[in-house]
Amino acid sequence: MASTLRSSPIPLILFLQLCFSFLSTTLAISSGSSDGYTINGRVKIESTGVKGFGLPGKTSNVKVILNGGQWVTFLRPDGYFSFHNVSAGTHMIEVAAIGYFFSPVRVDVSARNPGKIQAALTENRKGLTELVLEPLRDEQYYEIREPFSIMSVVKSPMGLMMGFMLIVMFLMPKLVENMDPEEMRRAQEEMRNQGVPSLSSLLPGAGRAN
Amino acid sequence: MAMATRVFLLLFLVLISSPSPSNSLYEDQVGLMDWHQQYIGKVKHAVFHTQKAGRKRVVVSTEENVIASLDLRRGDIFWRHVLGPNDAVDEIDIALGKYVITLSSEGSILRAWNLPDGQMVWESFLQGPKPSKSLLSVSANLKIDKDNVIFVFGKGCLHAVSSIDGEVLWKKDFADESLEVQQIIHPLGSDMIYAVGFVGLSQLDAYQINVRNGEVLKHRSAAFPGGFCGEVSLVSSDTLVALDATRSSLISISFLDGEISLQQTHISNLVGDSFGMAVMLPSKLSGMLMIKIDNYMVFVRVADEGKLEVAEKINDAAAAVSDALALSEGQQAFGLVEHGGNKIHLTVKLVNDWNGDLLKESIRMDHQRGCVHKIFINSYIRTDRSHGFRALIVMEDHSLLLLQQGEIVWSREDGLASIIDVTASELPVEKEGVSVAKVEHNLFEWLKGHMLKLKGTLMLASPEDMIAIQGMRLKSSEKSKMTRDHNGFRKLLIVLTRAGKLFALHTGDGRVAWSALLHSLRNSEACAYPTGLNVYQWQVPHHHAMDENPSVLVVGRCGLGSDAPGVLSFVDTYTGKELDSLFLTHSIERIIPLSFTDSREQRLHLIIDTDHHAHLYPRTPEAIGIFQHELPNIYWYSVEAENGIIRGHALKSNCILQEGDEYCFDTRDLWSIVFPSESEKILATVTRKLNEVVHTQAKVITDQDVMYKYVSKNLLFVATVAPKATGEIGSVTPEESWLVVYLIDTVTGRIIYRMTHHGTQGPVHAVFSENWVVYHYFNLRAHRYEMSVVEIYDQSRADNKDVWKLVLGKHNLTSPVSSYSRPEVITKSQFYFFTHSVKAMAVTSTAKGITSKQLLIGTIGDQVLALDKRYLDPRRTINPSQSEREEGIIPLTDSLPIIPQSYVTHNLKVEGLRGIVTAPAKLESTTLVFAYGVDLFFTRIAPSRTYDLLTDDFSYALLLITIVALVAAIFVTWILSERKELQEKWR
Repeated sequence: MASTLRSSPIPLILFLQLCFSFLSTTLAISSGSSDGYTINGRVKIESTGVKGFGLPGKTSNVKVILNGGQWVTFLRPDGYFSFHNVSAGTHMIEVAAIGYFFSPVRVDVSARNPGKIQAALTENRKGLTELVLEPLRDEQYYEIREPFSIMSVVKSPMGLMMGFMLIVMFLMPKLVENMDPEEMRRAQEEMRNQGVPSLSSLLPGAGRAN
Repeated sequence: MAMATRVFLLLFLVLISSPSPSNSLYEDQVGLMDWHQQYIGKVKHAVFHTQKAGRKRVVVSTEENVIASLDLRRGDIFWRHVLGPNDAVDEIDIALGKYVITLSSEGSILRAWNLPDGQMVWESFLQGPKPSKSLLSVSANLKIDKDNVIFVFGKGCLHAVSSIDGEVLWKKDFADESLEVQQIIHPLGSDMIYAVGFVGLSQLDAYQINVRNGEVLKHRSAAFPGGFCGEVSLVSSDTLVALDATRSSLISISFLDGEISLQQTHISNLVGDSFGMAVMLPSKLSGMLMIKIDNYMVFVRVADEGKLEVAEKINDAAAAVSDALALSEGQQAFGLVEHGGNKIHLTVKLVNDWNGDLLKESIRMDHQRGCVHKIFINSYIRTDRSHGFRALIVMEDHSLLLLQQGEIVWSREDGLASIIDVTASELPVEKEGVSVAKVEHNLFEWLKGHMLKLKGTLMLASPEDMIAIQGMRLKSSEKSKMTRDHNGFRKLLIVLTRAGKLFALHTGDGRVAWSALLHSLRNSEACAYPTGLNVYQWQVPHHHAMDENPSVLVVGRCGLGSDAPGVLSFVDTYTGKELDSLFLTHSIERIIPLSFTDSREQRLHLIIDTDHHAHLYPRTPEAIGIFQHELPNIYWYSVEAENGIIRGHALKSNCILQEGDEYCFDTRDLWSIVFPSESEKILATVTRKLNEVVHTQAKVITDQDVMYKYVSKNLLFVATVAPKATGEIGSVTPEESWLVVYLIDTVTGRIIYRMTHHGTQGPVHAVFSENWVVYHYFNLRAHRYEMSVVEIYDQSRADNKDVWKLVLGKHNLTSPVSSYSRPEVITKSQFYFFTHSVKAMAVTSTAKGITSKQLLIGTIGDQVLALDKRYLDPRRTINPSQSEREEGIIPLTDSLPIIPQSYVTHNLKVEGLRGIVTAPAKLESTTLVFAYGVDLFFTRIAPSRTYDLLTDDFSYALLLITIVALVAAIFVTWILSERKELQEKWR
């Protein structure tokens, strides 16, 4: 923002300063003309929280929308926007910016008290002393890829298959070796007698329980 | 067997349903199954910016309220802004060489945009007492204190605005004089301007105004008793030519030094006797004007002292002429395009020398683009110091082309920015002999590709590898083939645009497979002001008639009113050829696609006209034979929104008035519902989609209980609002505003459900699917948007739960469902807050209706959000019991969650979003989604994840390696065991 100000010609700065001084005294300027009032406000996007996508704090693609599309306006380089010719009553302002979540804002334009504007965020019912709209949170549109980890490979169906195979290959012979030779012989005899090997009889636990 | 698989699928669905978003994408998956195209719409104004070295560009404004800066070399968009729907652009220009100035909203909003990046620099709101014509004048050579002054006439006032900061320097109100300014003229080198306009219809006023302070230096007026018709063109800095009220003579007006003199010339003296009405074409040519009369275009030159003479007469009323372009040495040139056969002839001439052609080119033009509507020219200096010209032309189909050196440099299909209706159509079946997918080039390439992918999944790939992987994924020729695929992902989207052109977009990559400018929807003598209405599936061959191509029915109207006669056009969807077209004698109020097809698989359509006669199409004896059978079973309804009446109708007999027309039927009124006009006004009506498939009527809930959905094709959702509350948000107080929603059976007119929402107002967006309706509206008390869901269950079937009754056959499941039997229904409803305004709403649809549903919500930010239907379940409670949790009921929250990962458009915007269309793929899990507006976006989503398909990033190589490793291991262990056995035996 500072850079844009520096690069602009002097009259622009003067004009903006005029705006600033005006804004600091009241919440928003409301010229009480016969037609309606003016809502002035500002959208503030911190450009620090951007993570490689979305808009890098660029204000040219941000739209400010009054009453669900009745009027659409854009931001000036300093983030200010205004709606003209707005009738007295309760209105709603929405900010559409890719990468950020903005709460809609309820804006009450008072008819009795020209120039008085009250604003509140509708999402969390927070009142605003100034019409400065800030995103409630950043929006991440993509899932983050999990970094490579052994666990994810092990957990995948193929990993499980491999794991099971490894167990059968390396652990089972070990288990068989650790068996009592007598036990083993008995088991082999049993196998010969029955013809059908049963897994439970091979397991050491089963053997020991017998 | 089929039942078993279905049950299995259902079980599977329950198993995999988890509340996490199911459409989420990884960033590297963008573009794999979605595509996004950006358009701008039909160009209204164009300003070139080519003076300086650097990027050459053209700034355009369009009928879709878009302003954009385009690359002149390639036609790409540098930047683009879509203004609001009520913010139509009146004029554009470039000031100070770096700002684009736009005047919009009937001359009340003036904005300046930075030319390189499109950032808005300033915005001025210009107020005035009354609506009027709006004019923008930026003169480059007028400088006041280093400031370029912009003159704007709008709302009855003349404003001088500084181009640096948009400040209004002075303002002159012409409303009291009721002056309608026609031209603002700034003579070269002077510091005063002329404002010339009409007062009433017969008086002309000219004001000479000081540019520094707006002081009126001179005011002259002249009366012309014959009256003006309002058309005027400026031919030089002190001469205007106007057309009189009878359109038979031209009046040249010169106001040299503020003195006005009039001179009248009859058109018949210029062009000889003619019968037609003369129309003055808007032009900005110095010393010349154009009139159109009797299919002729006449160029009239203004000689000294206001004398008029014909410069040329062209026998091509559709010819287009550009504005004058200043060349060096005070010369001015203009471009003219004429049509001849399949070519267009572009000539660039000097304004003051008709025969001095600077350029003459003929360019072959696709006849599907129609005539040239607009031309803008720009010059450049060739290497031999002569002038070269480039021309930007806007065609009848709204496309934009750049011509240079007799060739089309680039073209943009901007007609696609104004889609009216969409339907999905199948591609041809792959025939034998036709090359089936080229078997992967060779094994090595294939293995290399998969090794790369494997590296990618294991996160071992280098950045270059990643790029290669991405490129491989995007390129896969599989998805853009022109044949039907097994999963039904490849289809043609047939879209009808406002220009009357039909496009077929391939769902794989979004390219235009064919396009056709429909002859029946072109402006002609038989059909003036044609408007396209809808596209319907006309013939979908699948059982019989397999060798015929499918076709679509395009319905249009000749004229602007709803009582204008209709046009039907039948188009082959494989080739884009117009098979047949019919100019109807009756009007089109409503089209009802019936559920019957004839032996050629042509769907029967019933067209209801404004006199409530029904006409059957196709007009064949066979169709009438089928139709006569079903005559008593056809009902429909009509909505008269202005009168607040909904009527139900049935067919009676053949028309009495039109004897012998056996395809015409009289109708009778069955019922009518009249809403009290002082308290209710119809805002929205929604029905179920005709082709929606419902898989099961039963819904298993907690404790093995069953609820029966009340599924009826004849339900209509109606939302009415208090008449005061039809305006914008903020125009009413909550006390005087309410919304009433109804569910009406359209056969009997019975109101099944009625609910009043106090303190709410529209706009209402609703979707109706299966046995539920979801609608979106505004709650004025909470000042937030709300979404409600209503579900209807059939209570009469509820006691069929008893197993004994089923065994003994005492159930009523086989009893026929009739609309006349009084339904015992119960309704459940619930409402939630929703953050955003909604532009469009749709629901996913799948082939068999098994997959759970998602709502697709087009938000005000032009994004499409997928919201699981389970969030809109009236059975949600704050503390669901254990069994309810198992069923998948989510604890109740007061607002619906917006999960950024479930935006199906991810970080893209579908600017100017107007509609969302869904079509089922052949694969049950998947829905094709097409969102359109100024931009187009297509993707496919799986609301319950792709449970019936391996994902794209499934690693076949890993599978292969595992299998190989397993086989190797088997062999190794076998050998080992053999050896061991041998040793055992030797021991």
